Amino acid sequence: MAQKPPSSVVVASEGHHESEPGTAVVATGGVQNPGLEPEHQRITDLDPREEKKAERRIALFFSLSIVGSLIAAVSYIVFPIIPGDMQSVRLNNMFVGLGAAIGLLGVGIGAVNWAKSLMHGHELVEERHPTRGDEETRATAVEMFSQANRESGFTRRSLVRNTLLGALVATPIPAVVLFRDLAPAKDPIALMKHTMWDTGVRLAKDPSGIPIKASEVTIGSAFHVVPEGLMELEKHRLEEKAKAAVLLMRLPIEDLNESPERASWSYQGIVAYSKICTHVGCPVALYEQQTHHLLCPCHQSEFDVANECEVIFGPAARPLPQLPITIDAEGYLVAQSDFTEPVGPSFWERER
Amino acid sequence: MTTFARRSGRRHPLTFALLLTLGLFATGGIYAATSATMASAETTPVAFESLVDEGEKLFMANCASCHGMSGEGSEAGPTVIGVGALSVDFQVGTGRMPMAASGPQAAVKPVQFTQPQIDAMAAWVASLAPGPGLPEAKYYDAEGDAAGGAELFRINCAMCHNVAGAGGALTEGKYAPHLRDLQPIHIYGAMVTGPQNMPVFNDMNLTPEQKNDVITYLKYMDKNPSVGGFSLGSLGPVSEGLFIWLIGLGGLIAVAIWLTARSN
Repeated sequence: MAQKPPSSVVVASEGHHESEPGTAVVATGGVQNPGLEPEHQRITDLDPREEKKAERRIALFFSLSIVGSLIAAVSYIVFPIIPGDMQSVRLNNMFVGLGAAIGLLGVGIGAVNWAKSLMHGHELVEERHPTRGDEETRATAVEMFSQANRESGFTRRSLVRNTLLGALVATPIPAVVLFRDLAPAKDPIALMKHTMWDTGVRLAKDPSGIPIKASEVTIGSAFHVVPEGLMELEKHRLEEKAKAAVLLMRLPIEDLNESPERASWSYQGIVAYSKICTHVGCPVALYEQQTHHLLCPCHQSEFDVANECEVIFGPAARPLPQLPITIDAEGYLVAQSDFTEPVGPSFWERER
Repeated sequence: MTTFARRSGRRHPLTFALLLTLGLFATGGIYAATSATMASAETTPVAFESLVDEGEKLFMANCASCHGMSGEGSEAGPTVIGVGALSVDFQVGTGRMPMAASGPQAAVKPVQFTQPQIDAMAAWVASLAPGPGLPEAKYYDAEGDAAGGAELFRINCAMCHNVAGAGGALTEGKYAPHLRDLQPIHIYGAMVTGPQNMPVFNDMNLTPEQKNDVITYLKYMDKNPSVGGFSLGSLGPVSEGLFIWLIGLGGLIAVAIWLTARSN
């Protein structure tokens, strides 16, 4: 390659006569192929003492690797994992890991050093071979295919071939049916639009499931709430909790600005809002009891509890849905109904 | 890799035992002093009377400029009528009060008063109107159920204070402080009184026993360093992401450059 004559100059001068006068820019003086740089001489190539030093350094890395591997093996015995003692796991992992890391890194660093400073440093040019096979190979390949066709009769026996193709097409059908059945049996849209809350369902504490009396919610309090009966569910408990989780707060009643149609949704300054962010569904529960701001930890959406949880900052598009609450005859907080809109993030069929 | 190895290796196994012993002695000593003063203060009505008087003087001298001459509050500070002795113990005992300067949040700083002085102010504030008082010692002895406390902590506290109690940011310059190496009585006081923007967790929400479980969990976290190794402040993706992007990817780039660089 280094000896190849620069050809672009010749091509350009030939083309110059034939081309029409126009806008094409014809290169006249092609860039000369500079060839390879003079070979780089490393310090280890020039100075035998440096070479000796490099040799010792590489041997040091390999010896370190031996020591590391031994440390790993010995540490496993010296720092045993004692069942029930997590600190023993910590020590075991740390020393075995450090030993193994030194063992592997020693080999790697030593090998790279060896290759870079001691193995020969000649620069080579490797020509790329063409991807197209030669005529003989191509003819053999074609012959192999036609021979296979002759012997099997793939094109001649069209009945066998077509039924085979049909059979292959049919094999994924059972999989389609099986995978289709992984989808919820019930209408998923209805599942997303309804939660466990219903008329008269008591508000209960998470995780004890003990119902909450209105008198227990003092001003400034925040309760993490689930519907009563959720903890007793045997199936889909987490799915139901993910939809029905509620944050219950009591604000000084004069701080609460409610629209007339929602005035009956709270009780003595006690309000209940869905804990599921309307952005992408993180649990919004960072409640500041003096500013009445609720902060979502994932993307910093901020909701103003004093103003029906309107969004005052961040990517959430809608206020948090409010759970209408009241009290029952025994003084327990109960839901007036389910949420009046779907909780959580948007989905295509939300408005339908 | 080398940074990690050096830093982890430097912690001598006995350091932890030494720190624990020191911490226990300190906590025990403070507790002994506190309970002794309280016991002596509450034995006779005369002694209690003088305690309240002393508390009033301290309040007038140090707090009244913001909280008002009779604790009624002013534009600079809220009323202290009805906040209870526990609130005083928390706010003054952690150094949050008296505040050095107004700002989004009163920060923890060196405690400005001795425990007997704090008790005196607490007694005076408690004499103004009923409010949360100091709990019985058995409700903050950190001898409860650590696993149950951890569950309660995850549900009620972790969203602001971080699941490992490392603290976290709130809005407009406010933050939830870290919960490491606190006095149990202050953890208890914070739950009951809901200082600043923290919600209140009264005894109907978290019973005193459950509060002790939460304290037990936090004390367990103090005494047991992360079993997963280097915790990077337990701040989650912030510090871990910073570490892996700078040190992890930076290291890979450095290795790639070293591998392809020409040897001298």
